[in-house]
Amino acid sequence: MHKTLEAESAYLIRGARIAGGDPGDILIRDGVIADIGTGLTADDAEPVDAEGLIALPGLVDLHTHLREPGREDAETVASGARAAAMGGYTAVHAMANTDPVADTAGVVEQVWRLGRESGHCDVQPVGAVTRGLDGRHLAELGAMADSVARVRVFSDDGMCVSDALLMRRALEYVKAFDGVVAQHAQEPRLTEGAQMNEGVVSDRLGLTGWPAVAEEAIIARDCLLTEHVGSRLHVCHVSTKGSVQILRWAKGRGCDVTAEVTPHHLLLTDELAETYDPIYKVNPPLRTAEDVHALREGLADGTIDCVATDHAPHPIEAKEAEWANAAMGMVGLETALSVVQHTMVDTGMLDWAGVADRMSIAPARIGRLTGHGRPIAVGEPANVTLYDAGAKRDIDPAAMASKSRNTPYQGMRVPGRVVATFLRGAPTVLKGKIQ
Amino acid sequence: MRHLLSAGDLTRDEAVLVLDTAAELARISGRSVKKFPTLRGRTVVNLFYEDSTRTRTSFELAAKRMSADVINFSAKGSSVSKGESLKDTALTLQAMGADGVVIRHGSAGSAHRLAGWVDGAVLNAGDGTHEHPTQALLDVYTMRERMGRVDGLRVAIVGDILHSRVARSNVLLLHTLGAEVTLVAPPTLMPVSVPTWPCAVSYDLDEVLPKSDVVMMLRVQAERMKDAFFPTAREYSRRYGLDRDRFARLQDGAIVMHPGPMVRGMEISAEVADSARSTVNEQVTNGVSVRMAVLYLLLGGSGSAIGNQGD
Repeated sequence: MHKTLEAESAYLIRGARIAGGDPGDILIRDGVIADIGTGLTADDAEPVDAEGLIALPGLVDLHTHLREPGREDAETVASGARAAAMGGYTAVHAMANTDPVADTAGVVEQVWRLGRESGHCDVQPVGAVTRGLDGRHLAELGAMADSVARVRVFSDDGMCVSDALLMRRALEYVKAFDGVVAQHAQEPRLTEGAQMNEGVVSDRLGLTGWPAVAEEAIIARDCLLTEHVGSRLHVCHVSTKGSVQILRWAKGRGCDVTAEVTPHHLLLTDELAETYDPIYKVNPPLRTAEDVHALREGLADGTIDCVATDHAPHPIEAKEAEWANAAMGMVGLETALSVVQHTMVDTGMLDWAGVADRMSIAPARIGRLTGHGRPIAVGEPANVTLYDAGAKRDIDPAAMASKSRNTPYQGMRVPGRVVATFLRGAPTVLKGKIQ
Repeated sequence: MRHLLSAGDLTRDEAVLVLDTAAELARISGRSVKKFPTLRGRTVVNLFYEDSTRTRTSFELAAKRMSADVINFSAKGSSVSKGESLKDTALTLQAMGADGVVIRHGSAGSAHRLAGWVDGAVLNAGDGTHEHPTQALLDVYTMRERMGRVDGLRVAIVGDILHSRVARSNVLLLHTLGAEVTLVAPPTLMPVSVPTWPCAVSYDLDEVLPKSDVVMMLRVQAERMKDAFFPTAREYSRRYGLDRDRFARLQDGAIVMHPGPMVRGMEISAEVADSARSTVNEQVTNGVSVRMAVLYLLLGGSGSAIGNQGD
């Protein structure tokens, strides 16, 4: 059903625990939060029973691959937006490595428009740093920033901006419009032909290793560059213990750096590659249990600012192959909140207010998204996710809204279920069903 | 066990059963009629994605001596070169009723993947830089023939360990059978986690040689030089090659092995390769017996599987 962007009707959410606090009612009207309290009544509002549910500000993803234009067989903006809504997201950043690459105002405006038409989730395009992701020539970053899409996040994700001088220039250039360069930290020479984390498992399996130092060396370099030119750096999908330590050090020096971690790096380890099933093949690769622990600690203490999915849809045939020939990436939008609950909340490392920060407030701030990542308070845009943390569910890829099925959690029982998602007052998901 | 994917899958008893079976088959093969009816009516497919005349011929001969029908399916000139996936090729072989598939492939883990797609037995004949279990079995068989035992043997494996499926399989199997393995290579050609492997590690061939009963030389491709694994072929040869002078310092009774193909003048000199201590040609002969044994144990029907345990 096509949704209008501003809801015409009103909703009275009853008994929700805002960011895990005491139960209360939330009245949504005309796209904004009209009232918050206990025992609220509104005759014109449709009641939503939210007893026992957690209310979070609509989730924001800084790192989503929607594949359109170019690979509509894997995902479209519309199908990805539905998957996002089902996962509790009200805004996603669409990565630039499409075909054609999102390196001009024309392409980013196309993606932005497709998102508006879908109505299920705001789609904020990310612009490429270099033309065609070639790593050599700056793309027209200013034109993308000035376009209707108002691009603020620039990334060659999938490719590292490995040339130090080009990275310096990009960091300097985006200062003119308060942009941020989101780096995919992967030293290319150290990772030629790399298939999985370099270590005990890769050596046993005979798969070419992707060493932690290839990530850490780039992060260290970029933090120093950012400090030198007084710009803003965001580090994509941090995956190693050493990276967390470098980020902690850089932030301590006052470097304006932020970082994200994916749900899969908070849970899964490289031992899963023992099956040679490329469903576990991802870039950066799954690391060790020690890295997983350090990432959780980094997310808990704020060294890592946010969770980003790196939702990477692939058609079945791209994964039904021998490991080296299979595509890298996992879908993640519809499982992210459950995995974060499992790894961070149920372990006592983060409370629900912390989840609201790491999955909504912080990513919206980093992406300079207005209207998202706002607290659930009177007068704020009604972007709200209702979540049943007490539910259990078995992950069934076939039941996903994404066009692709490449989830590493198939058959796994995870906690929590998104019950409803409101985008500016309009339900995109209600009673667990896409609207 | 339904497949032979890794040398590490074999228990000590299973490995000994393969070796004993191979010895028995070799004994009978000495007769004038070399063929047995054991696998009559069974179909074995040799699925070779990499050129390997040596291994393919060995498996083909082994299967034919057991009277199996053998189909050679090479990647060249087949649907594979038209872009067919490994899965579709596997399903095709399955539909044709292959009882066993021998696969050689450039990607690590491809034998594991294949085993998930076909009902027949899968024999890993070398998958990328992962493993080559029948090579390890024939190597161990050769050691047992020459030295009379495997348990307690001191085995040096010398060369490009990092990229060697032969080294991986040998380390696992020799450890299972109680041999003491020392890997010798320049540090660049050693996996980073090698200290966790069940073997010793050395960068100094001259120190290891006098203490070895078996010296296994691995092929070193000169093109590794381009990726800075070593400065020049000459320097590699000088530091890690088994030349005449080093050969003279071997203990009495020590043997020299090589899985082939050899690069004479690089890791091994011609005098050494052709010496009486070299087992290179015996390894080839023994390879047929060992592969006959593995085919027999995997395809020979009830009561004769290599292992008794289920998956």
